[in-house]
Amino acid sequence: MPQVKIITQLFGVEDSHRLPVYERHGGYQAIRKVLSGMSPEAVIEEVKKSRLRGLGGAGFPTGLKWSFVPKDSQRPKYVVVNADEGEPGTFKDRYIMMNVPHNLLEGIMIAAYAIGAHTAYIYLRGEYVHPRRRLEQAIAEAYAKGYLGENIFGLGYKLDVYIHVGAGAYICGEETALLESLEGKKGWPRLKPPFPATVGAFGCPTVVNNVETLSYVPHIIQRGAEWFASLGTERSGGARILSVSGHVRRPGIYEVTMSTTLREVIYEHAGGIREGRALKAVIPGGSSSPVLRAEEVDVACCFDALASIGSMAGSGGVIVMDETTCMFDALHNIVQFYAHESCGQCTPCRVGTGWLKRIMDRIGEGRGVPEDVDNLRAIAADMLGRTICPLGDAAAMPVMSFVDKFREEFEQHVREGRCSLRQTVREAVS
Amino acid sequence: MSVAFRSSALEKVQEIFRRYPDRRAAVIQLLHLAQEEFGYIGPEVERYVAELTQVPPVFVHQVLTFYGMFRTQPAGRHHIKVCRSIACHLMGATSVLEYLEKKLGIRAGQTTPDGRITLSTVECLGACELAPMMQVDDDFCGPLDEQRIDEVLEKLK
Ligand SMILES: Cc1cc2nc3c(=O)[nH]c(=O)nc-3n(C[C@H](O)[C@H](O)[C@H](O)COP(=O)(O)O)c2cc1C
Ligand code: SF4
Ligand code: FES
Repeated sequence: MPQVKIITQLFGVEDSHRLPVYERHGGYQAIRKVLSGMSPEAVIEEVKKSRLRGLGGAGFPTGLKWSFVPKDSQRPKYVVVNADEGEPGTFKDRYIMMNVPHNLLEGIMIAAYAIGAHTAYIYLRGEYVHPRRRLEQAIAEAYAKGYLGENIFGLGYKLDVYIHVGAGAYICGEETALLESLEGKKGWPRLKPPFPATVGAFGCPTVVNNVETLSYVPHIIQRGAEWFASLGTERSGGARILSVSGHVRRPGIYEVTMSTTLREVIYEHAGGIREGRALKAVIPGGSSSPVLRAEEVDVACCFDALASIGSMAGSGGVIVMDETTCMFDALHNIVQFYAHESCGQCTPCRVGTGWLKRIMDRIGEGRGVPEDVDNLRAIAADMLGRTICPLGDAAAMPVMSFVDKFREEFEQHVREGRCSLRQTVREAVS
Repeated sequence: MSVAFRSSALEKVQEIFRRYPDRRAAVIQLLHLAQEEFGYIGPEVERYVAELTQVPPVFVHQVLTFYGMFRTQPAGRHHIKVCRSIACHLMGATSVLEYLEKKLGIRAGQTTPDGRITLSTVECLGACELAPMMQVDDDFCGPLDEQRIDEVLEKLK
Protein backbone atom coordinates (compact mmCIF):
# COMPACT_ATOMS: atom_id res chain seq x y z
CA MET A 1 0.00 0.00 0.00
CA PRO A 2 1.15 3.53 -0.66
CA GLN A 3 1.63 6.21 1.91
CA VAL A 4 -1.59 7.85 3.01
CA LYS A 5 -2.31 11.41 4.06
CA ILE A 6 -4.75 11.62 6.92
CA ILE A 7 -3.17 13.36 9.88
CA THR A 8 -0.30 14.41 7.63
CA GLN A 9 -2.57 15.84 4.96
CA LEU A 10 -1.83 19.44 5.93
CA PHE A 11 1.86 18.95 6.64
CA GLY A 12 3.72 21.34 4.39
CA VAL A 13 0.72 23.62 3.88
CA GLU A 14 1.65 27.17 4.88
CA ASP A 15 0.56 27.98 8.44
CA SER A 16 -1.05 24.57 8.87
CA HIS A 17 -0.74 25.14 12.61
CA ARG A 18 -3.08 28.13 12.58
CA LEU A 19 -6.77 27.78 13.28
CA PRO A 20 -8.14 29.42 10.08
CA VAL A 21 -5.98 27.18 7.89
CA TYR A 22 -7.05 24.06 9.75
CA GLU A 23 -10.66 25.09 9.51
CA ARG A 24 -10.44 26.00 5.83
CA HIS A 25 -9.30 22.43 5.16
CA GLY A 26 -12.29 20.86 6.88
CA GLY A 27 -11.06 21.10 10.47
CA TYR A 28 -13.49 21.40 13.40
CA GLN A 29 -16.31 19.84 11.36
CA ALA A 30 -16.15 16.53 13.24
CA ILE A 31 -16.59 18.11 16.67
CA ARG A 32 -19.53 20.17 15.38
CA LYS A 33 -21.13 16.99 14.06
CA VAL A 34 -20.56 15.27 17.40
CA LEU A 35 -21.90 18.11 19.54
CA SER A 36 -24.89 18.78 17.39
CA GLY A 37 -26.24 15.31 17.01
CA MET A 38 -24.28 12.35 18.38
CA SER A 39 -24.67 10.82 21.80
CA PRO A 40 -21.49 9.99 23.73
CA GLU A 41 -22.34 6.30 23.28
CA ALA A 42 -22.60 6.74 19.53
CA VAL A 43 -19.16 8.37 19.44
CA ILE A 44 -17.62 5.53 21.42
CA GLU A 45 -19.36 2.99 19.16
CA GLU A 46 -17.96 4.69 16.08
CA VAL A 47 -14.43 4.68 17.47
CA LYS A 48 -14.79 1.00 18.40
CA LYS A 49 -15.95 0.15 14.89
CA SER A 50 -13.00 1.97 13.38
CA ARG A 51 -10.65 -0.46 15.15
CA LEU A 52 -8.43 2.44 16.16
CA ARG A 53 -5.76 1.22 18.57
CA GLY A 54 -3.50 3.09 20.93
CA LEU A 55 -0.49 4.39 19.05
CA GLY A 56 1.53 5.32 22.14
CA GLY A 57 2.87 1.80 22.40
CA ALA A 58 0.45 -0.67 23.88
CA GLY A 59 -2.06 -0.86 21.02
CA PHE A 60 -5.10 -1.04 23.27
CA PRO A 61 -8.41 -0.55 21.38
CA THR A 62 -9.33 3.10 21.91
CA GLY A 63 -13.12 2.83 21.84
CA LEU A 64 -13.03 0.00 24.34
CA LYS A 65 -10.82 2.06 26.67
CA TRP A 66 -13.28 4.94 26.56
CA SER A 67 -16.18 2.60 27.32
CA PHE A 68 -14.55 1.61 30.64
CA VAL A 69 -15.08 5.08 32.09
CA PRO A 70 -18.06 4.81 34.45
CA LYS A 71 -21.03 6.73 33.13
CA ASP A 72 -22.82 7.26 36.42
CA SER A 73 -19.87 8.72 38.33
CA GLN A 74 -20.53 12.10 39.91
CA ARG A 75 -16.83 12.87 40.17
CA PRO A 76 -15.02 14.93 37.54
CA LYS A 77 -13.53 13.01 34.65
CA TYR A 78 -10.37 13.81 32.78
CA VAL A 79 -8.82 13.35 29.38
CA VAL A 80 -5.05 13.22 29.63
CA VAL A 81 -2.99 13.38 26.48
CA ASN A 82 0.27 11.51 26.49
CA ALA A 83 2.65 13.88 24.69
CA ASP A 84 5.70 12.67 26.57
CA GLU A 85 7.18 10.98 23.48
CA GLY A 86 10.24 9.46 25.07
CA GLU A 87 10.58 6.02 23.52
CA PRO A 88 13.93 6.10 21.69
CA GLY A 89 13.30 6.13 17.96
CA THR A 90 9.94 7.92 18.16
CA PHE A 91 9.26 11.48 17.02
CA LYS A 92 5.87 11.53 15.22
CA ASP A 93 3.95 13.28 18.00
CA ARG A 94 6.33 16.21 17.71
CA TYR A 95 5.46 16.54 14.01
CA ILE A 96 1.75 16.38 14.78
CA MET A 97 1.94 19.09 17.44
CA MET A 98 4.15 21.32 15.28
CA ASN A 99 2.09 20.95 12.11
CA VAL A 100 -1.52 20.37 13.14
CA PRO A 101 -2.02 21.21 16.83
CA HIS A 102 -5.70 21.93 16.11
CA ASN A 103 -6.17 18.38 14.84
CA LEU A 104 -5.02 17.19 18.26
CA LEU A 105 -7.28 19.69 20.02
CA GLU A 106 -10.27 18.51 18.01
CA GLY A 107 -9.48 14.91 18.97
CA ILE A 108 -9.30 15.95 22.61
CA MET A 109 -12.69 17.67 22.36
CA ILE A 110 -14.33 14.56 20.92
CA ALA A 111 -12.75 12.26 23.50
CA ALA A 112 -13.81 14.60 26.32
CA TYR A 113 -17.40 14.66 25.09
CA ALA A 114 -17.44 10.86 24.69
CA ILE A 115 -16.44 10.23 28.30
CA GLY A 116 -18.04 13.33 29.86
CA ALA A 117 -14.84 15.18 30.77
CA HIS A 118 -14.72 18.96 31.12
CA THR A 119 -10.99 19.25 31.72
CA ALA A 120 -8.13 17.88 29.64
CA TYR A 121 -4.41 17.99 30.30
CA ILE A 122 -1.74 17.64 27.66
CA TYR A 123 1.27 16.08 29.37
CA LEU A 124 4.06 17.42 27.19
CA ARG A 125 7.69 16.49 27.56
CA GLY A 126 9.68 19.45 28.84
CA GLU A 127 12.26 19.42 26.06
CA TYR A 128 9.57 20.13 23.45
CA VAL A 129 9.81 23.90 23.69
CA HIS A 130 8.67 24.66 20.15
CA PRO A 131 5.74 22.21 20.21
CA ARG A 132 4.74 23.82 23.47
CA ARG A 133 4.61 27.26 21.88
CA ARG A 134 2.56 25.87 19.00
CA LEU A 135 0.12 24.24 21.41
CA GLU A 136 -0.16 27.37 23.52
CA GLN A 137 -0.92 29.41 20.44
CA ALA A 138 -3.48 26.87 19.20
CA ILE A 139 -5.20 26.72 22.58
CA ALA A 140 -5.35 30.52 22.74
CA GLU A 141 -6.82 30.66 19.22
CA ALA A 142 -9.43 28.07 20.19
CA TYR A 143 -10.46 29.97 23.33
CA ALA A 144 -10.66 33.22 21.38
CA LYS A 145 -13.09 31.64 18.91
CA GLY A 146 -15.17 30.01 21.63
CA TYR A 147 -13.99 26.55 20.57
CA LEU A 148 -12.76 25.98 24.11
CA GLY A 149 -14.22 27.30 27.34
CA GLU A 150 -17.67 27.49 28.89
CA ASN A 151 -19.83 26.76 25.87
CA ILE A 152 -17.76 25.35 23.06
CA PHE A 153 -18.98 26.09 19.53
CA GLY A 154 -22.04 27.54 21.22
CA LEU A 155 -23.30 23.98 21.45
CA GLY A 156 -23.56 23.72 25.20
CA TYR A 157 -20.45 21.79 26.21
CA LYS A 158 -17.76 23.06 28.59
CA LEU A 159 -14.15 22.12 28.09
CA ASP A 160 -10.84 23.50 29.36
CA VAL A 161 -7.49 22.31 28.03
CA TYR A 162 -4.22 22.82 29.90
CA ILE A 163 -0.63 21.96 29.13
CA HIS A 164 1.34 20.21 31.87
CA VAL A 165 5.06 20.30 31.20
CA GLY A 166 7.13 17.24 32.10
CA ALA A 167 10.69 17.50 33.31
CA GLY A 168 12.84 14.86 31.68
CA ALA A 169 12.03 11.34 32.84
CA TYR A 170 11.29 8.59 30.32
CA ILE A 171 9.24 6.65 32.83
CA CYS A 172 6.64 9.44 32.89
CA GLY A 173 5.49 8.21 29.46
CA GLU A 174 4.06 5.18 31.24
CA GLU A 175 0.49 6.18 31.88
CA THR A 176 0.32 5.76 35.64
CA ALA A 177 3.72 7.40 36.18
CA LEU A 178 2.41 10.17 33.96
CA LEU A 179 -0.61 10.61 36.22
CA GLU A 180 1.62 10.77 39.29
CA SER A 181 3.69 13.41 37.55
CA LEU A 182 0.54 15.29 36.55
CA GLU A 183 -0.31 15.40 40.24
CA GLY A 184 3.04 17.06 40.87
CA LYS A 185 4.86 14.03 42.22
CA LYS A 186 7.87 12.05 41.12
CA GLY A 187 6.94 9.62 38.37
CA TRP A 188 6.62 6.28 40.12
CA PRO A 189 4.22 3.95 38.27
CA ARG A 190 1.14 2.78 40.15
CA LEU A 191 0.06 -0.78 40.62
CA LYS A 192 -2.84 -1.71 38.32
CA PRO A 193 -5.71 -2.35 38.91
CA PRO A 194 -7.31 0.04 39.52
CA PHE A 195 -6.94 1.26 35.96
CA PRO A 196 -7.00 4.98 35.11
CA ALA A 197 -10.48 4.60 33.59
CA THR A 198 -11.81 4.29 37.15
CA VAL A 199 -9.05 5.81 39.30
CA GLY A 200 -6.84 8.10 37.25
CA ALA A 201 -5.89 11.74 37.64
CA PHE A 202 -6.63 13.15 41.12
CA GLY A 203 -8.41 9.90 41.97
CA CYS A 204 -11.01 10.43 39.23
CA PRO A 205 -11.97 8.48 36.10
CA THR A 206 -9.47 9.29 33.37
CA VAL A 207 -8.67 8.36 29.82
CA VAL A 208 -5.01 8.55 28.86
CA ASN A 209 -4.38 8.59 25.13
CA ASN A 210 -1.42 9.25 22.91
CA VAL A 211 -1.27 12.39 20.70
CA GLU A 212 -1.48 10.43 17.47
CA THR A 213 -4.33 8.20 18.67
CA LEU A 214 -6.47 11.24 19.47
CA SER A 215 -5.49 12.96 16.25
CA TYR A 216 -7.09 10.17 14.19
CA VAL A 217 -10.44 10.55 15.95
CA PRO A 218 -11.77 13.62 14.06
CA HIS A 219 -10.96 11.93 10.75
CA ILE A 220 -12.83 8.81 11.85
CA ILE A 221 -15.89 10.84 12.81
CA GLN A 222 -15.75 12.83 9.59
CA ARG A 223 -15.13 10.01 7.13
CA GLY A 224 -16.68 7.10 8.98
CA ALA A 225 -15.50 4.12 10.97
CA GLU A 226 -15.82 1.79 7.98
CA TRP A 227 -13.49 3.88 5.90
CA PHE A 228 -10.86 3.88 8.65
CA ALA A 229 -11.22 0.19 9.49
CA SER A 230 -10.98 -0.80 5.83
CA LEU A 231 -7.62 0.91 5.44
CA GLY A 232 -6.12 -1.35 8.05
CA THR A 233 -5.92 -5.01 8.89
CA GLU A 234 -8.36 -7.33 10.59
CA ARG A 235 -7.75 -6.06 14.10
CA SER A 236 -5.77 -2.83 13.62
CA GLY A 237 -7.74 -0.13 11.89
CA GLY A 238 -6.48 2.54 9.59
CA ALA A 239 -3.01 3.89 9.43
CA ARG A 240 -0.24 5.16 11.63
CA ILE A 241 2.71 7.48 11.40
CA LEU A 242 6.00 5.61 11.56
CA SER A 243 9.13 7.39 12.73
CA VAL A 244 12.04 6.02 10.70
CA SER A 245 15.60 6.59 11.90
CA GLY A 246 19.04 5.06 11.69
CA HIS A 247 20.89 4.00 8.56
CA VAL A 248 18.32 4.93 5.92
CA ARG A 249 18.72 7.51 3.19
CA ARG A 250 15.65 9.51 4.23
CA PRO A 251 14.97 9.34 7.94
CA GLY A 252 11.63 10.95 8.84
CA ILE A 253 7.96 10.30 9.40
CA TYR A 254 5.81 8.24 7.06
CA GLU A 255 2.08 7.81 7.44
CA VAL A 256 1.17 4.37 6.10
CA THR A 257 -1.72 1.94 6.27
CA MET A 258 -1.41 -0.83 8.82
CA SER A 259 -0.82 -3.46 6.14
CA THR A 260 2.28 -1.74 4.77
CA THR A 261 5.36 -3.92 5.18
CA LEU A 262 8.54 -2.81 6.88
CA ARG A 263 10.38 -3.62 3.66
CA GLU A 264 8.31 -1.09 1.77
CA VAL A 265 8.76 1.51 4.49
CA ILE A 266 12.52 1.07 4.56
CA TYR A 267 13.26 0.63 0.88
CA GLU A 268 10.62 2.79 -0.77
CA HIS A 269 9.52 5.51 1.60
CA ALA A 270 12.76 5.96 3.52
CA GLY A 271 14.87 5.52 0.40
CA GLY A 272 16.71 2.33 1.33
CA ILE A 273 19.94 1.85 3.21
CA ARG A 274 22.53 4.62 3.14
CA GLU A 275 25.50 4.34 0.82
CA GLY A 276 24.04 1.29 -0.86
CA ARG A 277 24.88 -0.93 2.08
CA ALA A 278 22.99 -4.04 3.15
CA LEU A 279 20.34 -4.11 5.85
CA LYS A 280 21.31 -6.01 8.98
CA ALA A 281 18.55 -5.52 11.53
CA VAL A 282 15.49 -3.44 12.39
CA ILE A 283 13.92 -2.45 15.67
CA PRO A 284 10.30 -2.00 14.54
CA GLY A 285 8.49 -0.25 17.38
CA GLY A 286 10.79 1.86 19.53
CA SER A 287 13.77 0.64 21.50
CA SER A 288 11.74 -1.71 23.71
CA SER A 289 10.57 -3.86 20.83
CA PRO A 290 12.44 -7.07 20.00
CA VAL A 291 14.86 -6.72 17.10
CA LEU A 292 14.22 -8.27 13.67
CA ARG A 293 16.79 -9.71 11.27
CA ALA A 294 17.05 -8.37 7.72
CA GLU A 295 15.14 -11.37 6.35
CA GLU A 296 12.18 -10.69 8.64
CA VAL A 297 11.11 -7.35 7.20
CA ASP A 298 8.39 -8.66 4.88
CA VAL A 299 5.95 -8.14 7.71
CA ALA A 300 3.08 -5.69 7.99
CA CYS A 301 3.66 -2.92 10.49
CA CYS A 302 0.36 -3.63 12.32
CA PHE A 303 0.19 -4.82 15.92
CA ASP A 304 -0.82 -8.41 15.19
CA ALA A 305 1.61 -9.12 12.37
CA LEU A 306 4.59 -7.94 14.38
CA ALA A 307 3.39 -9.78 17.48
CA SER A 308 3.05 -12.97 15.44
CA ILE A 309 6.77 -12.94 14.71
CA GLY A 310 7.69 -12.24 18.31
CA SER A 311 8.15 -8.50 18.15
CA MET A 312 5.97 -5.44 18.76
CA ALA A 313 4.53 -2.56 16.76
CA GLY A 314 4.91 -0.40 19.88
CA SER A 315 5.32 3.29 19.24
CA GLY A 316 6.08 2.87 15.54
CA GLY A 317 9.70 3.93 15.95
CA VAL A 318 11.49 2.02 13.19
CA ILE A 319 15.24 2.01 13.88
CA VAL A 320 17.24 0.68 10.94
CA MET A 321 20.71 -0.83 11.23
CA ASP A 322 22.98 -1.59 8.30
CA GLU A 323 25.70 -4.20 7.94
CA THR A 324 28.32 -2.08 9.69
CA THR A 325 26.38 -2.15 12.98
CA CYS A 326 27.86 -3.99 15.93
CA MET A 327 24.90 -5.66 17.62
CA PHE A 328 26.73 -5.87 20.93
CA ASP A 329 27.35 -2.15 20.84
CA ALA A 330 23.74 -1.37 19.85
CA LEU A 331 22.33 -3.46 22.68
CA HIS A 332 24.88 -2.00 25.10
CA ASN A 333 23.47 1.43 24.34
CA ILE A 334 19.88 0.25 24.82
CA VAL A 335 20.73 -1.47 28.11
CA GLN A 336 22.40 1.69 29.39
CA PHE A 337 19.23 3.59 28.57
CA TYR A 338 16.97 1.33 30.60
CA ALA A 339 19.39 1.14 33.51
CA HIS A 340 19.41 4.93 33.57
CA GLU A 341 15.64 5.27 33.24
CA SER A 342 14.44 2.55 35.65
CA CYS A 343 12.62 4.41 38.41
CA GLY A 344 14.01 1.98 40.96
CA GLN A 345 10.69 1.25 42.59
CA CYS A 346 10.73 -2.53 42.12
CA THR A 347 13.63 -4.90 42.66
CA PRO A 348 13.62 -7.06 39.50
CA CYS A 349 13.82 -3.98 37.30
CA ARG A 350 16.20 -1.89 39.41
CA VAL A 351 18.61 -4.75 40.09
CA GLY A 352 18.09 -6.47 36.73
CA THR A 353 18.82 -3.43 34.60
CA GLY A 354 21.87 -2.73 36.78
CA TRP A 355 23.24 -6.24 36.31
CA LEU A 356 22.60 -6.21 32.60
CA LYS A 357 24.49 -2.96 32.31
CA ARG A 358 27.44 -4.14 34.40
CA ILE A 359 27.81 -7.34 32.38
CA MET A 360 27.62 -5.41 29.10
CA ASP A 361 30.12 -2.84 30.41
CA ARG A 362 32.48 -5.64 31.38
CA ILE A 363 32.23 -7.38 28.03
CA GLY A 364 32.76 -4.03 26.34
CA GLU A 365 35.95 -3.52 28.33
CA GLY A 366 37.25 -6.88 27.11
CA ARG A 367 36.77 -8.58 30.47
CA GLY A 368 33.78 -10.76 29.61
CA VAL A 369 33.60 -14.41 30.66
CA PRO A 370 31.93 -17.16 28.60
CA GLU A 371 28.93 -17.48 30.95
CA ASP A 372 28.10 -13.82 30.43
CA VAL A 373 26.08 -14.40 27.28
CA ASP A 374 23.81 -16.94 28.96
CA ASN A 375 23.62 -14.80 32.06
CA LEU A 376 22.42 -11.78 30.10
CA ARG A 377 19.61 -13.82 28.68
CA ALA A 378 18.74 -15.45 32.00
CA ILE A 379 18.64 -12.15 33.91
CA ALA A 380 16.39 -10.66 31.25
CA ALA A 381 14.09 -13.69 31.27
CA ASP A 382 13.81 -13.40 35.05
CA MET A 383 12.64 -9.80 34.83
CA LEU A 384 9.77 -10.55 32.44
CA GLY A 385 6.34 -10.10 33.93
CA ARG A 386 7.64 -9.52 37.45
CA THR A 387 7.55 -5.76 37.66
CA ILE A 388 5.05 -3.05 38.56
CA CYS A 389 5.14 -1.43 35.14
CA PRO A 390 6.09 -2.64 31.66
CA LEU A 391 9.49 -0.91 31.71
CA GLY A 392 10.95 -4.09 33.16
CA ASP A 393 9.73 -6.05 30.14
CA ALA A 394 10.78 -3.24 27.84
CA ALA A 395 14.33 -3.58 29.13
CA ALA A 396 14.33 -7.38 29.02
CA MET A 397 12.86 -8.02 25.58
CA PRO A 398 15.58 -6.33 23.52
CA VAL A 399 18.24 -8.25 25.46
CA MET A 400 16.63 -11.61 24.79
CA SER A 401 16.05 -10.90 21.12
CA PHE A 402 19.51 -9.49 20.44
CA VAL A 403 21.21 -12.42 22.18
CA ASP A 404 18.99 -15.01 20.49
CA LYS A 405 19.32 -13.56 17.02
CA PHE A 406 22.93 -12.41 17.05
CA ARG A 407 24.45 -14.76 19.62
CA GLU A 408 27.62 -15.33 17.66
CA GLU A 409 28.48 -11.62 17.84
CA PHE A 410 28.10 -11.61 21.61
CA GLU A 411 30.22 -14.75 21.98
CA GLN A 412 32.86 -13.30 19.73
CA HIS A 413 33.02 -10.15 21.86
CA VAL A 414 33.57 -12.23 24.96
CA ARG A 415 36.10 -14.53 23.25
CA GLU A 416 38.21 -11.88 21.62
CA GLY A 417 37.67 -9.08 24.09
CA ARG A 418 37.04 -6.60 21.29
CA CYS A 419 34.79 -5.89 18.36
CA SER A 420 36.02 -7.65 15.24
CA LEU A 421 33.30 -6.06 13.14
CA ARG A 422 34.40 -2.54 13.90
CA GLN A 423 37.96 -3.65 13.36
CA THR A 424 37.08 -5.01 9.92
CA VAL A 425 35.10 -1.93 9.00
CA ARG A 426 37.95 0.30 10.06
CA GLU A 427 40.47 -1.75 8.05
CA ALA A 428 38.21 -1.67 5.02
CA VAL A 429 37.92 2.11 5.26
CA SER A 430 41.60 2.88 5.79
CA MET B 1 12.45 34.27 53.03
CA SER B 2 15.11 35.84 50.87
CA VAL B 3 13.98 34.59 47.48
CA ALA B 4 10.69 35.50 45.88
CA PHE B 5 9.21 35.65 42.42
CA ARG B 6 8.75 38.98 40.68
CA SER B 7 5.14 40.07 40.45
CA SER B 8 4.86 38.94 36.81
CA ALA B 9 5.97 35.45 37.84
CA LEU B 10 3.59 35.52 40.80
CA GLU B 11 0.73 36.15 38.40
CA LYS B 12 1.89 33.14 36.44
CA VAL B 13 1.85 31.12 39.67
CA GLN B 14 -1.79 32.01 40.27
CA GLU B 15 -2.65 31.09 36.69
CA ILE B 16 -0.92 27.72 37.16
CA PHE B 17 -2.82 27.03 40.42
CA ARG B 18 -6.12 27.57 38.61
CA ARG B 19 -5.39 24.64 36.26
CA TYR B 20 -5.49 21.97 38.96
CA PRO B 21 -7.83 20.79 41.70
CA ASP B 22 -4.99 21.07 44.25
CA ARG B 23 -1.81 23.09 44.73
CA ARG B 24 0.52 20.13 44.93
CA ALA B 25 -0.06 19.41 41.24
CA ALA B 26 1.71 22.67 40.48
CA VAL B 27 5.05 21.66 42.05
CA ILE B 28 6.75 20.60 38.80
CA GLN B 29 5.38 23.61 36.93
CA LEU B 30 6.62 25.99 39.64
CA LEU B 31 10.05 24.37 39.59
CA HIS B 32 10.17 25.05 35.84
CA LEU B 33 9.15 28.63 36.46
CA ALA B 34 11.72 28.99 39.24
CA GLN B 35 14.45 27.64 36.99
CA GLU B 36 13.52 30.18 34.32
CA GLU B 37 13.51 32.99 36.86
CA PHE B 38 16.55 32.09 38.96
CA GLY B 39 18.62 29.97 36.55
CA TYR B 40 18.82 27.01 38.91
CA ILE B 41 17.08 25.67 41.96
CA GLY B 42 19.04 26.09 45.15
CA PRO B 43 17.87 25.13 48.66
CA GLU B 44 16.14 28.47 49.24
CA VAL B 45 14.17 28.23 46.03
CA GLU B 46 13.22 24.69 46.96
CA ARG B 47 11.79 25.89 50.25
CA TYR B 48 10.04 28.77 48.52
CA VAL B 49 8.30 26.41 46.07
CA ALA B 50 7.29 24.20 49.00
CA GLU B 51 5.77 27.16 50.77
CA LEU B 52 3.85 28.35 47.72
CA THR B 53 2.44 24.89 46.99
CA GLN B 54 1.85 24.08 50.67
CA VAL B 55 3.75 20.79 50.62
CA PRO B 56 6.60 19.64 52.87
CA PRO B 57 10.07 20.72 51.67
CA VAL B 58 11.13 17.07 51.47
CA PHE B 59 8.39 16.48 48.89
CA VAL B 60 9.78 19.20 46.65
CA HIS B 61 13.28 17.84 47.15
CA GLN B 62 12.24 14.37 46.01
CA VAL B 63 10.55 15.78 42.92
CA LEU B 64 13.49 18.01 42.12
CA THR B 65 16.00 15.18 42.22
CA PHE B 66 13.79 12.74 40.31
CA TYR B 67 13.56 14.78 37.11
CA GLY B 68 16.49 15.27 34.76
CA MET B 69 15.70 18.78 33.55
CA PHE B 70 16.10 20.56 36.86
CA ARG B 71 19.45 22.10 37.72
CA THR B 72 20.56 22.46 41.30
CA GLN B 73 23.74 24.33 40.30
CA PRO B 74 24.20 27.50 38.28
CA ALA B 75 24.63 26.73 34.58
CA GLY B 76 26.26 28.46 31.64
CA ARG B 77 24.54 31.05 29.50
CA HIS B 78 23.85 28.31 26.96
CA HIS B 79 23.07 24.68 27.55
CA ILE B 80 24.05 22.02 25.04
CA LYS B 81 22.47 18.61 25.49
CA VAL B 82 23.87 15.83 23.33
CA CYS B 83 21.53 12.91 22.71
CA ARG B 84 23.20 9.58 23.39
CA SER B 85 20.30 7.19 22.74
CA ILE B 86 20.18 4.48 20.12
CA ALA B 87 19.29 6.33 16.89
CA CYS B 88 21.86 9.04 17.59
CA HIS B 89 24.37 6.47 18.80
CA LEU B 90 24.08 4.53 15.54
CA MET B 91 24.73 7.75 13.62
CA GLY B 92 27.81 8.81 15.56
CA ALA B 93 26.75 10.47 18.83
CA THR B 94 29.97 9.32 20.50
CA SER B 95 32.09 11.30 18.04
CA VAL B 96 29.82 14.32 18.45
CA LEU B 97 30.35 14.30 22.18
CA GLU B 98 34.09 13.74 21.88
CA TYR B 99 34.40 16.62 19.45
CA LEU B 100 32.41 18.97 21.69
CA GLU B 101 34.42 17.99 24.75
CA LYS B 102 37.65 18.61 22.89
CA LYS B 103 36.53 21.93 21.44
CA LEU B 104 35.10 23.27 24.68
CA GLY B 105 37.83 21.80 26.85
CA ILE B 106 35.28 20.39 29.31
CA ARG B 107 33.61 17.05 29.96
CA ALA B 108 29.89 16.35 29.84
CA GLY B 109 28.36 17.68 33.05
CA GLN B 110 30.67 20.68 33.19
CA THR B 111 30.48 24.37 32.31
CA THR B 112 33.18 26.32 30.48
CA PRO B 113 35.21 28.51 32.88
CA ASP B 114 33.92 31.66 31.16
CA GLY B 115 30.36 30.58 31.99
CA ARG B 116 29.41 30.44 28.33
CA ILE B 117 28.34 26.85 27.81
CA THR B 118 27.17 23.92 29.91
CA LEU B 119 27.52 20.53 28.22
CA SER B 120 25.36 17.52 29.13
CA THR B 121 24.33 14.21 27.69
CA VAL B 122 20.65 13.28 27.58
CA GLU B 123 18.48 10.41 26.42
CA CYS B 124 16.37 10.43 23.23
CA LEU B 125 14.96 13.92 22.63
CA GLY B 126 12.33 12.77 20.15
CA ALA B 127 14.20 14.10 17.14
CA CYS B 128 15.89 10.93 15.90
CA GLU B 129 15.45 11.91 12.24
CA LEU B 130 18.10 14.56 12.97
CA ALA B 131 20.59 12.02 14.34
CA PRO B 132 23.17 12.59 15.55
CA MET B 133 21.58 15.58 17.22
CA MET B 134 21.75 17.89 20.20
CA GLN B 135 19.57 20.48 21.84
CA VAL B 136 21.05 23.96 22.11
CA ASP B 137 18.94 25.98 24.55
CA ASP B 138 15.44 25.68 23.01
CA ASP B 139 16.44 24.36 19.60
CA PHE B 140 17.15 20.94 18.13
CA CYS B 141 20.22 20.78 15.87
CA GLY B 142 21.17 17.96 13.53
CA PRO B 143 22.34 16.00 11.68
CA LEU B 144 25.65 17.03 13.19
CA ASP B 145 29.15 16.80 11.82
CA GLU B 146 32.20 18.76 12.90
CA GLN B 147 31.48 21.60 10.53
CA ARG B 148 27.89 21.96 11.70
CA ILE B 149 28.98 21.89 15.34
CA ASP B 150 31.54 24.62 14.62
CA GLU B 151 28.84 26.77 13.04
CA VAL B 152 26.49 26.31 15.97
CA LEU B 153 29.17 27.10 18.57
CA GLU B 154 30.19 30.17 16.59
CA LYS B 155 26.77 31.70 17.20
CA LEU B 156 26.70 31.18 20.96
CA LYS B 157 27.83 34.29 22.77
C1 LIG C 1 8.10 2.80 30.03
C2 LIG C 1 6.97 3.26 29.18
C3 LIG C 1 7.06 4.45 28.48
C4 LIG C 1 6.00 4.90 27.70
N1 LIG C 1 6.15 6.07 27.02
C5 LIG C 1 5.10 6.53 26.29
C6 LIG C 1 5.20 7.78 25.60
O1 LIG C 1 6.23 8.46 25.65
N2 LIG C 1 4.13 8.22 24.89
C7 LIG C 1 2.96 7.49 24.82
O2 LIG C 1 2.02 7.93 24.18
N3 LIG C 1 2.85 6.31 25.45
C8 LIG C 1 3.88 5.82 26.19
N4 LIG C 1 3.74 4.63 26.86
C9 LIG C 1 2.43 3.93 26.79
C10 LIG C 1 1.46 4.46 27.85
O3 LIG C 1 1.66 3.76 29.06
C11 LIG C 1 0.00 4.24 27.45
O4 LIG C 1 -0.16 2.94 26.99
C12 LIG C 1 -0.48 5.18 26.37
O5 LIG C 1 -0.28 6.50 26.75
C13 LIG C 1 -1.95 4.98 26.14
O6 LIG C 1 -2.40 5.76 25.04
P1 LIG C 1 -2.85 5.06 23.69
O7 LIG C 1 -3.79 3.96 24.04
O8 LIG C 1 -3.48 6.13 22.90
O9 LIG C 1 -1.60 4.55 23.06
C14 LIG C 1 4.81 4.15 27.62
C15 LIG C 1 4.72 2.95 28.32
C16 LIG C 1 5.78 2.50 29.07
C17 LIG C 1 5.64 1.22 29.81
S1 SF4 D 1 9.41 -1.86 36.33
FE1 SF4 D 1 11.15 -0.48 36.59
S2 SF4 D 1 10.40 1.49 35.91
FE2 SF4 D 1 8.57 0.21 36.25
S3 SF4 D 1 7.98 0.62 38.37
FE3 SF4 D 1 9.39 -1.10 38.45
S4 SF4 D 1 11.42 -0.15 38.79
FE4 SF4 D 1 10.05 1.46 38.11
S1 FES E 1 17.89 8.83 19.74
FE1 FES E 1 18.65 10.85 19.67
S2 FES E 1 16.87 12.03 19.37
FE2 FES E 1 16.10 10.02 19.51
